[in-house]
Amino acid sequence: MGQTILEVSHLGKKFGDNVVLRDINISVCSGDVTSIIGSSGSGKSTLLRCVNLLETPTSGQILYYERDIMDKGFDVPAYRAKVGMVFQSFNLFSNMSVLENCVVGQVKVLKRHRKEAVEKARFYLEKVGMGAFINAKPRQISGGQKQRVAIARALAMEPEVLLFDEPTSALDPQMVGEVLGVMRTLAGEGMTMIVVTHEMAFARDVSSHVVFMKDGVICEEGTPEQIFGSPEKQETRDFLSRFFDR
Amino acid sequence: MSLPDNFFGRIIFLLERYGGSLLRGAGSTILIAIVSTAIGCLIGFIVGVIQTIPVRQSDNIFKKIILKIINFILYIYVEVFRGTPMMVQAMFIYYGSATVFNIHMGKWFAAFFIVSINTGAYMAETVRGGILSIDPGQTEGAMAIGMNHFQTMTSVILPQALRNIMPQIGNNLIINIKDTCVLSAISIVELFFATKSVAGTYYTYFEANSIAMAMYLIMTVFFSRLLRWMEGKMDGSDSFDMATTDTLAHTSGMLSYRGKKKNNGRLR
Ligand SMILES: Nc1ncnc2c1ncn2[C@@H]1O[C@H](COP(=O)(O)OP(=O)(O)O)[C@@H](O)[C@H]1O
Ligand SMILES: [Mg+2]
Repeated sequence: MGQTILEVSHLGKKFGDNVVLRDINISVCSGDVTSIIGSSGSGKSTLLRCVNLLETPTSGQILYYERDIMDKGFDVPAYRAKVGMVFQSFNLFSNMSVLENCVVGQVKVLKRHRKEAVEKARFYLEKVGMGAFINAKPRQISGGQKQRVAIARALAMEPEVLLFDEPTSALDPQMVGEVLGVMRTLAGEGMTMIVVTHEMAFARDVSSHVVFMKDGVICEEGTPEQIFGSPEKQETRDFLSRFFDR
Repeated sequence: MSLPDNFFGRIIFLLERYGGSLLRGAGSTILIAIVSTAIGCLIGFIVGVIQTIPVRQSDNIFKKIILKIINFILYIYVEVFRGTPMMVQAMFIYYGSATVFNIHMGKWFAAFFIVSINTGAYMAETVRGGILSIDPGQTEGAMAIGMNHFQTMTSVILPQALRNIMPQIGNNLIINIKDTCVLSAISIVELFFATKSVAGTYYTYFEANSIAMAMYLIMTVFFSRLLRWMEGKMDGSDSFDMATTDTLAHTSGMLSYRGKKKNNGRLR
């Protein structure tokens, strides 16, 4: 097991009076693939968004290499560049070409020279199998292709951790495979990832750690063997049976 | 030379004699309209961007108060200039500044100033709407790779907002071409002013205004087509070139893929 990168402790999030997350504790080490499963509305997206500071947690701490990311002096843009995020709805910049999508962050945030940024962008687009599409606009490619570009965009920042929020949920079934394939490759190469997913086979085969969330709390967690093989909680069994009995 | 007794004869007579002054008037009209629309858009973008600065609970109180005050001033600006006729504004500002503040602005400066600031008030609302209409996912995508508010705005949101509000910018330009005629109230010699002088000299109100009608129409139609063309340019082509799979080659390949394009009349 590698060095601890992220340490979420006693994290809580309220929207007004609505408590969405309570006492969440997760630690992520280098090379971990942590899958977060749970039914819709259980707070999975909110948790990822807190980790990326797209939402501000209302209690608890998130430590990145032992530094509190909510500290006043903490460099949030630099942190976000290091903790990439892939969204369910892709969120590619629709005014830019595929290549430019992967270049802009490197140039603006990391201050890389354009030439270097273009090379890296091409490299990562090639890696996700989108090298031929650099001139396309997002509206001209399919959902699965968009998501692969979104992954390349995140990779081009050369992050320490990648967060995936249901990356295949908006895709037609025949496109799910191509995106999961890219994610499997990344996991195999040792990329540290936190993946919110409903793809149970992926969670079972690829994860090093599985977290089952229910109603804003971590209900059960463990290795894929524990969670999928012999879950202890009735809630976990109920949730999983809905996926595997079909 | 006396006035011909048929309509077309009189039109030709007026054109021969006063064509130059009418064209100069039209030139002033276009100049004021284009420059003021451009400045107005700039004002609109600045105001619209300020009005959409997100305020978070965690922001410090100083920033919140400053923003409140600025937004209140901008709100007043927008309401006053949208809510009063431009002709009255022209008189109010041009003569008012002279009598009350003893500022004698040149009438040309006043002309550009009034039309710009008026357009700005309209564009502010348009830009604000344009920014708010962009999918929040675009902002999140930008934030998630570490872009700050300013970078997100200039690289991602504003280019898309600009494209979306191009039809409104075109509208404003056309309105300005027509509405500069109110500047004749402060003796700016634009097309309408020139027309009035020509008409008055020979009592040819119908003929002179027929010419003016045609000239205004030519200008507005021309610029509306020009803006349409610019919109098309901004959208880029329907197709894109497949890059060659050889990563070492930096040129594009031969294959051309036709993508689907939204909101374009030319469906294939
Ligand atoms: N911006 C928000 N304001 C208020 N409530 C929210 C907001 N975002 C999410 N929620 C609520 O938080 C709960 C968890 O949402 P979410 O994290 O999206 O769940 P999941 O991703 O597991 O489906 C839901 O009840 C949702 O309504
Ligand atoms: Mg979700």
